[in-house]
Amino acid sequence: MSYDDWFRKDRLPHIFCAGCGNGTIINCTLAAIDQMNWKKEETIFVSGIGCSSRAPGYILTDSLHTTHGRAIAFATGVKMAKPDFNVVVFTGDGDMAAIGGNHFIHACRRNIDMTVVCMNNQIYGMTGGQGSPTTPKGCLSSTTPYGCAETPFDLCELATAAGANFVARWTSYHVKELEKSVKAGLETPGFSFIEVLTQCPTAFGRRNKFRQVIDHVEFLKSHSLLKAKRDRLVEKHEHVPEDMFVVGELTRRNRPALGVKP
Amino acid sequence: MTRIEFWQGNIACAEGALAAGCTFFGGYPITPSTEVAEHMAAKLPKRGGAFIQMEDEIAGIASIIGASWTGARAMTATSGPGFSLMMENIGFAIMTETPCVVVNVQRGGPSTGQPTMSAQGDMLQVRFGSHGDIAIIALCPATVQEMFELTVKAFNLADKYRVPVFLMADETIGHMREKIIVPDTVERVERKPFVAGTPAFRVTDPDNIPGFPAFGTGQHVHVTGLTHDERGYPCATNPNLHMALVKRLVDKIENARDEMADYDVINPDAGQVFVAYGAPVRTVMQVMHDKKDTNIGFLRIRTVWPFPEKALAEFKNAKRFIIPEMNLGQISREIERHVCVPVRSIPKLGGELHTPEELVAVLEEKA
Repeated sequence: MSYDDWFRKDRLPHIFCAGCGNGTIINCTLAAIDQMNWKKEETIFVSGIGCSSRAPGYILTDSLHTTHGRAIAFATGVKMAKPDFNVVVFTGDGDMAAIGGNHFIHACRRNIDMTVVCMNNQIYGMTGGQGSPTTPKGCLSSTTPYGCAETPFDLCELATAAGANFVARWTSYHVKELEKSVKAGLETPGFSFIEVLTQCPTAFGRRNKFRQVIDHVEFLKSHSLLKAKRDRLVEKHEHVPEDMFVVGELTRRNRPALGVKP
Repeated sequence: MTRIEFWQGNIACAEGALAAGCTFFGGYPITPSTEVAEHMAAKLPKRGGAFIQMEDEIAGIASIIGASWTGARAMTATSGPGFSLMMENIGFAIMTETPCVVVNVQRGGPSTGQPTMSAQGDMLQVRFGSHGDIAIIALCPATVQEMFELTVKAFNLADKYRVPVFLMADETIGHMREKIIVPDTVERVERKPFVAGTPAFRVTDPDNIPGFPAFGTGQHVHVTGLTHDERGYPCATNPNLHMALVKRLVDKIENARDEMADYDVINPDAGQVFVAYGAPVRTVMQVMHDKKDTNIGFLRIRTVWPFPEKALAEFKNAKRFIIPEMNLGQISREIERHVCVPVRSIPKLGGELHTPEELVAVLEEKA
């Protein structure tokens, strides 16, 4: 099979805007899944509400498109009832970090065996560009017209602190690295969390000087600090730039997990 | 073969679920329903099932919907505050035609209200609480025996009609202990089989119920709370499609109103007729026992939603219907819609049962 075989082709064209990064993330995820030799009938995609959460609708497996923020809770029921299933959740920053924040940290704590891919575009795209819990300080959105005054979540630190076995962050620029990390997440028993910073030209870029998609992808690339490099800087007591975010495999451990295949 | 036990209502409910083949329980502790969860936590793992205590009631019902799509019989149990939190995903279960059983051991509301006291204040919330036009099934037990039997029935109705079914108990029945005759086996109604390769939500039978394509059977079904076509694909802007879908979801329950009606008629020729469900049934039974008067009728209802309106017509000589409820008259209003004679509500809040004297006083009122 190729990753192309995983698409529900009679659902195309998709609803994502021109320039959206979600397609890249879906491609990388399916490319990783395709390497797992998973059977389609044993693979379940679950999502909540938002642009990211439309992804399972385009994938040819059983899929559960649920209520806002609750995807991980639904997925927990699927996995606990049928540990044989491979469960993958697509979510976004608003869906997972705001309304679904509690389900997220408890799934990390339980370390339940599933992989969550969070498409973090730092905004509510589907509802037209409201601020989210990951909107950077000072950024404009329709509900932060004077610049976001709140401090954003670091979702990866949150996942690590709450107990997830595997945590990684990449961007829509890092397609090869992302595919590898998703595969590593799929292979790791327990809760795997992959955050992907991505562009939303329609709702975020338009308001924040990233009207051109390439400008935002270039920004994501130039502001990514590899974990290895960050660690070296820290080791040498050198300055770690504040305006960069750490990318890479951030956590990998083997704590006891829930719902692992018998 | 049967055996006799002396069980608490909530234990009878959990045992009924186990007898019905429930293999998944997801929930959150709340008085006065917690014994259901505790009993399932003790029993399910030993039977190859799964119990999970979720982070809140929203997640509790989400988990049972997920489990149900794997083909499992799944249940949660809660009370008022938790029930309020479940409203959103109850709508999701209705829209996605997911069979599941939700037990609500009712306590005094609104809000945190009276956690340890009995009430029937959620009878309209269960019917209308989730947004949009909906239809659901709600059963009300009046004995520990019925906690067992109606839980079994709830699973069968959920699987048959592909809808969340509610066991609307109350603290009185949930926490009292009485004799129960436990059967060795119970009836089991399966979900309608799915014809492989057909659209996931295609309906071909006049009952409006599609076959169930469980996850893992290779059907690649897409389940969404969005308005969807018969393939299950979102199609949220077609007015005719939305009308047809919502109408079908309501019709499959409302058209089966008579079929699932479950009630007892006592003294059908009577002039004064009590109507009761849940704990107030017991006070009415006491009055019937004390009075031994064939001019006092009694309609004892187990299926409260859809409301069995045909039952009211069995009392052809009824001059008045008298409705004792542990709320401010929620089902009395429903009865008023169906009869042309006076309806006398006997509302009672606070957590105590109606006394026989309170009911007798109403019987003796001058018309």
